[in-house]
Amino acid sequence: MARTATAPGVPTTPLGKAALEIDDRLIVAGPLRRTLNKVFPDHWSFLLGEIALYSFVILLLSGTYLTFYYDAAMTEVVYEGTYAPMRGLEMTAAYESTLKLSFDVRGGLFIRQLHHWAALLFVAAIVVHLLRIFFTGAFRRPRETNWLIGVALLVLSFAMGFTGYSLPDDLLSGTGLRIVSAIILSIPVVGTWVHWAVFDGDYVGEEILGRMYIVHVLIVPAILLGLIAVHLLMLVKQKHTQFPGPGRTEHNVVGNRLFPAFAVKAGGLFFIVFGVCAALGGLVQINPVWLWGPYNPAQVSAASQPDWYVMFLDGSTRLFPAWDINLPGNYTIPALFWPTVVLPGIIFTLLAAYPVIERKLTRDEASHHLLQRPRDVPVRTSLGMMALAFYIVLMFSGGNDVIAEKFDISLNAMTWAGRIGLVIVPPIVYLLTYRICLGLQKHDREVLEHGLETGVIRRLPHGEFIEVHQPLGPVDEHGHGQLAYGGAPVPKRMNQVGGARRAIRGFFSPIEEPARVELEQRRDEHGLSAAESRELTTSGRPSDGGRPQEPRD
Amino acid sequence: MSAPHTTPGSTGGSETPGPLHGGPDEEYTPERLATMTREELDLLGARYDGVQVLHVDPAPEPGSRVEKAAVRQVAMTFALAGLSAFAAFVVYAGSGWFLPDWQWDITEGGWSALFTPLIGGLGGLALTLVGVGMVLFTKKLLPHETAVQDKHDGSHFDRVTTGASLMGGLNTYGLARRKLITRSLVFMGGGVGLMLLMPLGGLIRNPNVGNPLGTTSWTEGMRLLRGDGSPIRPGDQQPGSLETVFPAVPGGNLESDAATMLIRLRPEQVSLERPREGQDDFGYGDYVAYSKICTHAGCPVSLYEQETSRILCPCHQSQFDVTQGAKPVFGPATRPLPQLPITVDDEGFFVARSDYIEAVGPTYWNRERI
Repeated sequence: MARTATAPGVPTTPLGKAALEIDDRLIVAGPLRRTLNKVFPDHWSFLLGEIALYSFVILLLSGTYLTFYYDAAMTEVVYEGTYAPMRGLEMTAAYESTLKLSFDVRGGLFIRQLHHWAALLFVAAIVVHLLRIFFTGAFRRPRETNWLIGVALLVLSFAMGFTGYSLPDDLLSGTGLRIVSAIILSIPVVGTWVHWAVFDGDYVGEEILGRMYIVHVLIVPAILLGLIAVHLLMLVKQKHTQFPGPGRTEHNVVGNRLFPAFAVKAGGLFFIVFGVCAALGGLVQINPVWLWGPYNPAQVSAASQPDWYVMFLDGSTRLFPAWDINLPGNYTIPALFWPTVVLPGIIFTLLAAYPVIERKLTRDEASHHLLQRPRDVPVRTSLGMMALAFYIVLMFSGGNDVIAEKFDISLNAMTWAGRIGLVIVPPIVYLLTYRICLGLQKHDREVLEHGLETGVIRRLPHGEFIEVHQPLGPVDEHGHGQLAYGGAPVPKRMNQVGGARRAIRGFFSPIEEPARVELEQRRDEHGLSAAESRELTTSGRPSDGGRPQEPRD
Repeated sequence: MSAPHTTPGSTGGSETPGPLHGGPDEEYTPERLATMTREELDLLGARYDGVQVLHVDPAPEPGSRVEKAAVRQVAMTFALAGLSAFAAFVVYAGSGWFLPDWQWDITEGGWSALFTPLIGGLGGLALTLVGVGMVLFTKKLLPHETAVQDKHDGSHFDRVTTGASLMGGLNTYGLARRKLITRSLVFMGGGVGLMLLMPLGGLIRNPNVGNPLGTTSWTEGMRLLRGDGSPIRPGDQQPGSLETVFPAVPGGNLESDAATMLIRLRPEQVSLERPREGQDDFGYGDYVAYSKICTHAGCPVSLYEQETSRILCPCHQSQFDVTQGAKPVFGPATRPLPQLPITVDDEGFFVARSDYIEAVGPTYWNRERI
């Protein structure tokens, strides 16, 4: 053997020698091994945050490409490019550069649309990730700080979105910018001063695009990058949460090691996210700025909606009644202030403070690493669904003119439906969710107590028909299951406890032997289901206790 | 192991690592490690990282039909990904060379309309297939292991020792005792902080100089021009029609606050008309002129429905009644659209009699004071 020729442990292969050279200088073997051995929980819902991370990477790549062509200047120029319908039209240099990017750069339109789709996906993935964290209680101690960072990332992603879609300076984005100008003006006391500071004077000025550009490509991305790094470092430091299940405790993580399996899976997910964004960017047109035309303060198109994540603010602005507050001394608090500044302020403050609020209300100060099923915390789940209902009513109201037009409904009726819906839908959703949670809880407990419904009807000797139930574990003398509910999913169908073996693989013809699969499954039976004999014995009903049972063999 | 020795120039100290260095290296000598298999070494290292592999579902048996099928599937996916990627490259590079030009063309359809969908679709398909191939590879060809890693709470030892280092160090600063330094530091911090924020002062400008929010370019005798720059006579518009007009100044048609709607009322609207108090004479005959900038959020109110005399803002659906001094009748707007007083000049063209008598556009804090 080669080992005997040299001192033990000295590498003999070229790769091993190179690795030794590196580790001699950098001492990375220890940290690298710890990284490779990090265990990741094996549940799809843990990948939602990863989708957000990957879309951010795509945004950085595609956004850098866009900066090669985009020009944030607001000087008026005359368009002379390829797109014939606009030739000779006056527009800002920013809009012209966007047209150039779309029509005169090979593949430029594709990258622009890819960037826009990735941006929509980025915010969507953050929101869905947030919902998962919320509904499973993953924000509880010790992860409150990471929740706060997550909320900050969400707010910053809104800022990224707004500054991004304002840059082309088309009719739609200019209208959005005009509304933002009005929102800034509506702030009591300092509104006009803030507006003059942001726009360098009255609307629209010469500076705003250049300022938004640098906010969009430098300031906010730098903060995002830093916060994402902290978010991930804290995740590694605190380790993942996990759903309750066999062998899972507050002091461990059960799953796959990063290497070899998880890294390939996560890499695969990155490529799938990238691929979906690219396909959308090529196949599905988004924000065709050449159809909107250059911005003109005197023009607007109907159905001017912002990107989906800002629609709820558009909706709140549409629904809010015309209530200016006139103060003594002829000062005014404009109606616009409440739905656009105060409402999002309250929403995001409540969101950021939720872990603290829940801790105060439940007096639960303990550290939690095991997640909760939403049904087991009905109040939180119902609160979350109530907030979601509030958000969704606002979001639909943001597009109420489109709904009114497509379904031939009165626009004013849509506005009133939104106003009334905003007040009555959330409480109804709260009550419904609460009942559903309790119902699901009861059903879990019923299955634990009385066993699974097998669908087998049996006639007893005295003529009574019963449905045979399959207990999940040992039963007491009354036929009641003795397993306690542990926060993990309870099987509801016979096949989940091995009622049938898994399907034999093979598409055209079987590629494995049924007998081997059978053996393999018997060998693999462990934990709960292996403990009991798979026999259909009782109906599982309480009254069975005193009845004559069928003889067991 | 060589005996400790001192290097010239150093004041002593061992060249070999002390007992605190190295950890498991003491226990696992190179000789011992050399006797272990790769798998044992992997599990040993994992154990040092608090990881235990509980259970491994083995990969399909080498050479079995299951494995062959899986390998075929994964290889096929990667091959398709490569094919699709090459196709995307050919479309990208070949357009305008051996394929038709990719650039936009006045004719609908054709290659230029296919170019972006093709590179996006093919490129997206390639990337997605790469991902799918990787996932299939792990799912079908890798052993599925279930590992468990310990989670540690903070160590009391670490807390106490770190605390001692921190507090000991801070104590040597002696700031609690040396009050004069503390106070001068606070004073210095305030001053330097202000100084560093100072450049932001360049952003601050006074919005109340010259009332820019309350005035527009309209002045007495200024003509009302269409978007193309032509003036308008009273006979030019049909009853019930609306024309957007701009002040006759250079760049007037791009001014953000000056856009005005000149509306000719129909006879039945004229009979219903109830102008705002003190503005009875702002119109001219059956013509009225209102600001086009919404008093709610500044969008151009554009949709005029002459049957109901309503002007609708498409942004937030505020509705204004032109026969009632453009008073808001529905939606979030609180104030009527300001009315521009108009008349005709000697040549019979519409002119403004003055600027708007109130600020146009969205409400702000001190609007009523100016």
